[in-house]
Amino acid sequence: MIENSLPTDTPHIRRQRAGEQVFRTATLVAALLVLVLLGGVAIALLKGAWPALSTFKLDFLTKEVWNPVTDKFGAVAPIYGTLVTSLIAILLAVPTSFGIAIFLTELSPRWLKRPVGVAIELLAGVPSIIFGIWGLFVLSPILQHSFQPWLIEHLGSIAGVGVLFKGPPFGIGILTASFVLAIMILPFISAVMRDVFETVPDVLKESAYGLGATTWEVVWNVVVPYSRAGMVGGIMLGLGRALGETMAVTFVIGNAHRVSSSLIAPGTTISAAIANEFTEAVGDLYTSSLVALGVLLFVITFIVIAAARLMLMRLDRRAMSTV
Amino acid sequence: MSRHLFRKLVNVLALALSSLATLAGLAFLGAILWTLLKNGVAGLSLDLFTQSTPPPGGSGGLFNAIFGSVVMTLLAIAVSAPVGVLAGTYLAEYGRTSRLSSVIRFVNDVLLSAPSIIIGLFVYELIVVRMGHFSAIAGAVALAIISVPVMVRTTEDMLRLVPQGMKDASTALGAYKWRTTLDIIYPAARSGIVTGLLLAIARVSGETAPLLFTALNNQFLSTNLNAPMANLPVVIFQFALSPYKDWQQLAWSGALLITLSILLLSIIARFVVSRLGAGSGRT
Amino acid sequence: MSATEAATRVESTNASSNTQLSKVEVRNLDFYYGETQALRDINLSLADKSITAFIGPSGCGKSTLLRVFNRMYALYPGHRAAGEVLLDGQNILAPNVDIASLRFRVGMVFQKPTPFPMSIFDNVAFGLRLSRRIARAELEQRVESALRDAAMWDEVKGKLGEDGRGLSGGQQQRLCIARTIAVQPEVILFDEPTAALDPISTLRVEETLQGLAEKYCIAIVTHNLQQAARISNVTGFMLMGELVEVGPTAQMFTAPRDRRTDDYVTGRFG
Repeated sequence: MIENSLPTDTPHIRRQRAGEQVFRTATLVAALLVLVLLGGVAIALLKGAWPALSTFKLDFLTKEVWNPVTDKFGAVAPIYGTLVTSLIAILLAVPTSFGIAIFLTELSPRWLKRPVGVAIELLAGVPSIIFGIWGLFVLSPILQHSFQPWLIEHLGSIAGVGVLFKGPPFGIGILTASFVLAIMILPFISAVMRDVFETVPDVLKESAYGLGATTWEVVWNVVVPYSRAGMVGGIMLGLGRALGETMAVTFVIGNAHRVSSSLIAPGTTISAAIANEFTEAVGDLYTSSLVALGVLLFVITFIVIAAARLMLMRLDRRAMSTV
Repeated sequence: MSRHLFRKLVNVLALALSSLATLAGLAFLGAILWTLLKNGVAGLSLDLFTQSTPPPGGSGGLFNAIFGSVVMTLLAIAVSAPVGVLAGTYLAEYGRTSRLSSVIRFVNDVLLSAPSIIIGLFVYELIVVRMGHFSAIAGAVALAIISVPVMVRTTEDMLRLVPQGMKDASTALGAYKWRTTLDIIYPAARSGIVTGLLLAIARVSGETAPLLFTALNNQFLSTNLNAPMANLPVVIFQFALSPYKDWQQLAWSGALLITLSILLLSIIARFVVSRLGAGSGRT
Repeated sequence: MSATEAATRVESTNASSNTQLSKVEVRNLDFYYGETQALRDINLSLADKSITAFIGPSGCGKSTLLRVFNRMYALYPGHRAAGEVLLDGQNILAPNVDIASLRFRVGMVFQKPTPFPMSIFDNVAFGLRLSRRIARAELEQRVESALRDAAMWDEVKGKLGEDGRGLSGGQQQRLCIARTIAVQPEVILFDEPTAALDPISTLRVEETLQGLAEKYCIAIVTHNLQQAARISNVTGFMLMGELVEVGPTAQMFTAPRDRRTDDYVTGRFG
């Protein structure tokens, strides 16, 4: 056995090795903290929601009642409000974001691209409470005095669709909240779509142009299919954001625990209910029901966001291999 | 009409619509910012920065709220920045390809997009219930939990950008990984990490929901971390929903302050810091 | 000048090369990237105070071989070496060898110049500071000596405090060389050191290398045949993970024993 005389044990080297162990452990602990956080959130929420969930069981998901006096709570109205406002917001925001993303990547002259792109990114960072107070003070009076009466008058009497627009124009309600939500997630989805469109290799587009395709045909037949996974991922991330959004909707949703077929009626969402009622909730069952709403929101958004991230991961992997 | 003409028409229509969408989007967002500016500026005065929040009908300012927001944000970042940077370092340097890292990265991205009100509830259960009262500490913890995923993500992305050749050269000289990271990689990625820090601060400054049931609010200036502390977002929330004109005015001005600081931070992060980093003689 | 003329010229100025002791000896070396075998049964010696060049087509394993000498492959899981590599008689592939200290004795200069984000002085001093605590005076002296050996002292002595990234490409590479020799290793490995440089910088780096060859054991991987012929004493030709032939440079370029070597150096494939 050959004697090893390469220096292995000077104090300096021992210190280096010790430092390596310490640093490595520190980074690992910090990284594991992320996992602990998620687990902790899940556990703490379930613990807080337990009294309500064990008392109401499945009724919590099916009953509309929300009565702090009789201590009976059902989550149907908040769930309905969350889903409907987010859905309408997505329906409004996605086509608009799509248009903006196309404009930024295919249409706009070079000198305009950067400023508009940066503007969109900065706007995506504006906190949601701004949108909320704007919705309360500016949008809802407008809707109340002009748009909603117009809707009621012209669409309220059409069979079928009309039921969506019945009722007095409060100005606040599901429709207003959906509008505000749509405007709020607009910059975010636009930025994601633009990023995704920019990953399309130029050679692909040039081949299509070379065959005589118009800009729109290139977008529809080359860019969109190529970015499909990224687009869907981005839309789902936007949906996740809309589902969990609190401040943009709390001001204008109307805070009524009622499911109504009319979009003009007030309602509530999960996060609005929690935000509006938590600090005044008296009684363990009331508080616990609100936490239970939080659990529901957690589950819904987790599923949507996880699915979105998985799709985007697949897009990343594919982009790596085709480059 | 000929096929060719039809295609041209469709093209023009589509492009017109997308330009319209861009105009509409920018118009709405511009209108919002304009309203914010108009209403917020009306309330700007020296009092805004020196007086604390008044009772309804009185006059005052937002000093205690600004103070509280700054204190809690700084506390939050002081905790979340080291954790975030270390965790990002693990993902980029030590566990780049391991299964564990993939899981951590995934969970981190989920937390990044999670509704902040849930974090607020979590901290409520964890700290407020245990302590028996609302406090600035709880608020700071909630903000810290929200900013950790941001720091982790940007740190990992920035560290990955450091050229492998530089890390190899350091290793070839006999440096252990921790020395390479501290002496070479962090300085090389410094501007990127600072950008991440500024963006995390910007993100956290506007968060209302997590503070609603942790730090609550306080009508007066308080330096007690163990008690409810005033902060801008919750003050805006309460004052905007109130029927008092004075309070509503303060809400607008507060909203303007928050938006301006966030925009300022974002601009500094994107343009100043990145330029500084890139300008140090990269060939 | 052609490769063969250059080879003959080097031969005559290093006539004493065949009486050197072997500084590094490689015995039965195999190397694997996961399941793929990248090096097969390599046997060779690197002589002290001389330059050994490794040539061969892309993918032949020459860089892989170089990286075994300072165990750079240890950074990557799944990469492993089997066999023996003896430095002054001790096997550096043994499991209980402290890799960091191995690298104080075996230095490496890479293809792409990578100055650290710090001043020129700190760049050169980096490795020195790692190995032990050094007094400022000695540090300054060793930095100057390293910069002189790398033929850089006159160019940078007035701006040691400036960021290393502000230098030109050729200067950056010589800074990396200075950085490597500052710790006074015994063996220096060069992995295509001039591939990213312009012809004039290339020539200056080659001059530096020839100066260094008086003090160190040098191994260089290069795809530039003329370079190998110009500066090396011994050349090894590799193909598909095998060391096809190794011998004095002049002979390798004028009268190689193996047909494949002949094909490669005369440019029939590359």
